[in-house]
Amino acid sequence: MTTTPLKSTGFYSESPRPGLLGWLLSTDHKRIGMLYLGCITTMFLVAVGLGLAIRLQLFAPGQHIMSAQTYNATFTVHGIIMIFLFIIPSIPAAFGNLLLPIQIGARDVSFPRINLLSWYFYISGAVLAVIAIFSGGGPPDTGWTFYVPFSTQTTTNVNLAVFAAFMLGFSSILTGINFVTTIHRLRAEGMTWGRLPLFVWTLYATAWIQVLATPMLGITLVLVMLERFFGAGLFDAASGGDPILFQHLFWIYSHPAVYIMILPAMGVISEIIPTFSRKPMFGYWAMAISSLAIAFAGSLVWAHHMYASGMSDFAILVFSLLTFIVAIPSAIKIFNWISTLYKGSIQLAPPMLFALAFILQFAIGGLGGLALGAAASDIHLHDTTFVVGHFHYTMFGGTGFAFFAALHYWLPKFTGRMYNQKTAVISWGLLFVGFNVTYMAMQAVGIQGMPRRYYDYLPEFHTLNMVATVGSWILALGLIVMFVNLFKSLRSGPVIGMNPWGGATLEWFVPSPPPMENFGEEDPVVTRGPYDYQGVTADEP
Amino acid sequence: MSHEHRDDTGARFGMWLFLYTEVILFSGLFLLYGVAVTKYTDAYILASNKLNVWFGAVNTVVLLTSSLTIALAITAIQRNRIRTCINLCVVTIALAILFLINKYFEWSHEISLGIYPASETLLEMGPGVASFFNLYYFTAGLHGLHVLIGATLIGVVAVLVARGKVTSDRYVLLENSALYWHLVDLVWIFLFPLYYLII
Amino acid sequence: MSEEKHEPVPYRTFILTWVALLVLTVITVAVAQVDLGALNIWVALSVASCKSALVLLIFMHLKQETLLFKIGLLIMIVILAIFIGLTFTDVLYREVLP
Repeated sequence: MTTTPLKSTGFYSESPRPGLLGWLLSTDHKRIGMLYLGCITTMFLVAVGLGLAIRLQLFAPGQHIMSAQTYNATFTVHGIIMIFLFIIPSIPAAFGNLLLPIQIGARDVSFPRINLLSWYFYISGAVLAVIAIFSGGGPPDTGWTFYVPFSTQTTTNVNLAVFAAFMLGFSSILTGINFVTTIHRLRAEGMTWGRLPLFVWTLYATAWIQVLATPMLGITLVLVMLERFFGAGLFDAASGGDPILFQHLFWIYSHPAVYIMILPAMGVISEIIPTFSRKPMFGYWAMAISSLAIAFAGSLVWAHHMYASGMSDFAILVFSLLTFIVAIPSAIKIFNWISTLYKGSIQLAPPMLFALAFILQFAIGGLGGLALGAAASDIHLHDTTFVVGHFHYTMFGGTGFAFFAALHYWLPKFTGRMYNQKTAVISWGLLFVGFNVTYMAMQAVGIQGMPRRYYDYLPEFHTLNMVATVGSWILALGLIVMFVNLFKSLRSGPVIGMNPWGGATLEWFVPSPPPMENFGEEDPVVTRGPYDYQGVTADEP
Repeated sequence: MSHEHRDDTGARFGMWLFLYTEVILFSGLFLLYGVAVTKYTDAYILASNKLNVWFGAVNTVVLLTSSLTIALAITAIQRNRIRTCINLCVVTIALAILFLINKYFEWSHEISLGIYPASETLLEMGPGVASFFNLYYFTAGLHGLHVLIGATLIGVVAVLVARGKVTSDRYVLLENSALYWHLVDLVWIFLFPLYYLII
Repeated sequence: MSEEKHEPVPYRTFILTWVALLVLTVITVAVAQVDLGALNIWVALSVASCKSALVLLIFMHLKQETLLFKIGLLIMIVILAIFIGLTFTDVLYREVLP
């Protein structure tokens, strides 16, 4: 049992300003990372609550706990919060900020004050999104995609929600600019490109997408606001506009955005698999290059969301073909993780279990993606709950589980406290079972033809919907166990040393929690690769 | 902070990355333009002729000149000619204001003719012309906003130069504001022929 | 970090660039008075591209910057071309219903 409280260790104890201001005005990447982590987790739990409410309404046909209008608002707000306030910033903004500088041997990011500013944009966006729910014409009911013409005509509070998303986009851009510059300019001596941890490679690829794709969302959302305020007519066929172009502009950002969500998650997995297999990463360069390849290929495929929109058949052909290209670098990653596991000395610690669940679930989600990327099968599956199941497999089963894996892997590093590992395994089991029951049932009922975004359904879909709802309860229980366990570790977890897992990247060679500026007086000099486990052992528990 | 960290090249690179985001932001509007001009070619030519080329041409010259003066300001500060540098910044701001005044007169003229987004006159002219003017107003409006921001930035930096915070040894703030200003110029370089010159 | 300082660009270079930009502006306005059909817009875009190249390379000091800056710009332009180009696979081939 620990005696020293958390706030008198590591960077928590060193601050130019005392108390709350020390956090709100801090430019230290670790404090900003912890601020992000706290806010993101809170937002996640709020959106989980909404998701559970949706499932509860769908437990049986007919109206139960909410009206159709409330249901529309619920899935919209669930989507907006999950996408813009949780998944997109989850790993890059929280763990990226915490780890990127340490992993490349830097004392901070390139623009620490802009980093703080990006958190303020994030929190302003979050506050505006919450205000949007409770003010104006009621919570937005457009779905998180804000499709025109409905979004320009509905009387609900779309303006504020759109503006919130705009702010969050700005926050994301600033983080991206910071990370690209940091990786180029602040690598420690000896930290060559070939020695960058793969998590850094994925953050690098992600940051480029954030810089190059997010502004397209910005202008699209501005145009929606102009349309609502001035009747700009840019997406209105009557005044020469084209509503399908809204979908193009929106997905030009929002498809690359799914790679903002998944790439850092892949980076997390690429850190965890070698550490708990005690083997160097299989095919380091293939992993590094495939991250860039995913980022690039991801910007070629946006219109596969629009096969049923009325766009040209030629475009459907082109985008269907291009979509399959993304599968290649993704498959390279999966094969390399599995090859790393092969003949490894595998330890099934909690982070590893989450990582293994990631591989399975992401593979299922990815393969489902091919069924949706192919025009022929997409026409059948379009706007069914199969799509909902598919993206939850990639976003929740993928990024969400990678986020949990990262929490179990790195949170002890930044708190200096270990959680109860047995409880963590139990929570993993609940989450794994609950997740798969919920979303597999959702995919199955989608194939049978149940449309998404409907608050009521035909009786033949009842059984599978009931299964999915029960699954969501197991999932919720798993989340409660997991977060309580992690939270308890902050107060009463046993103190850990520098390297509880035996990792070989730089963060495991600084104290837990790391001090201000990460490294003492001397700048670090890197002489070995990130997965060179020769002579690196885990601390004795 | 125990020791000060300074990386001017990094700061400039960060600014360039930010400019990419600005280009992509405007490209959304140019994309809408490109689609509409292929669809309503004739109406676009008709509408373009309603714009006064001379307003556009004068503003082009004004912006190009302001780009020159801010570029000269950097050479001035590198050579430690502080007075010259401040003067060049002031001229740049003056040109920016001139641009906006010119824009004001142009827009007032068009609005007096009843041409503005969602106006009845505009809708009567058909979807092609309406789409041209809608896009024109929003692209030029967004650009005007950038002129305003850029001029403000340069104003702030000029004050910092006068106070000795930006010096011949440390002038990356001036460089970055200048980069931003050049971006404003770049957008106009494309905006001008696409809206004023198609026949 | 050691700071690689740029040599100041002579005033003369900037002024000559400015003159070139003005000449290109005159050209683009002049060409627009002649009806070349669809070619007009391509000429206008080419001239605009030349003008922006001058602004980027000289006014914005891109010529003096390291390779990283140039590659970065190239990436941005390629992505931009993809965004615009692939959108046209839709709008150019859309079937117009009678």
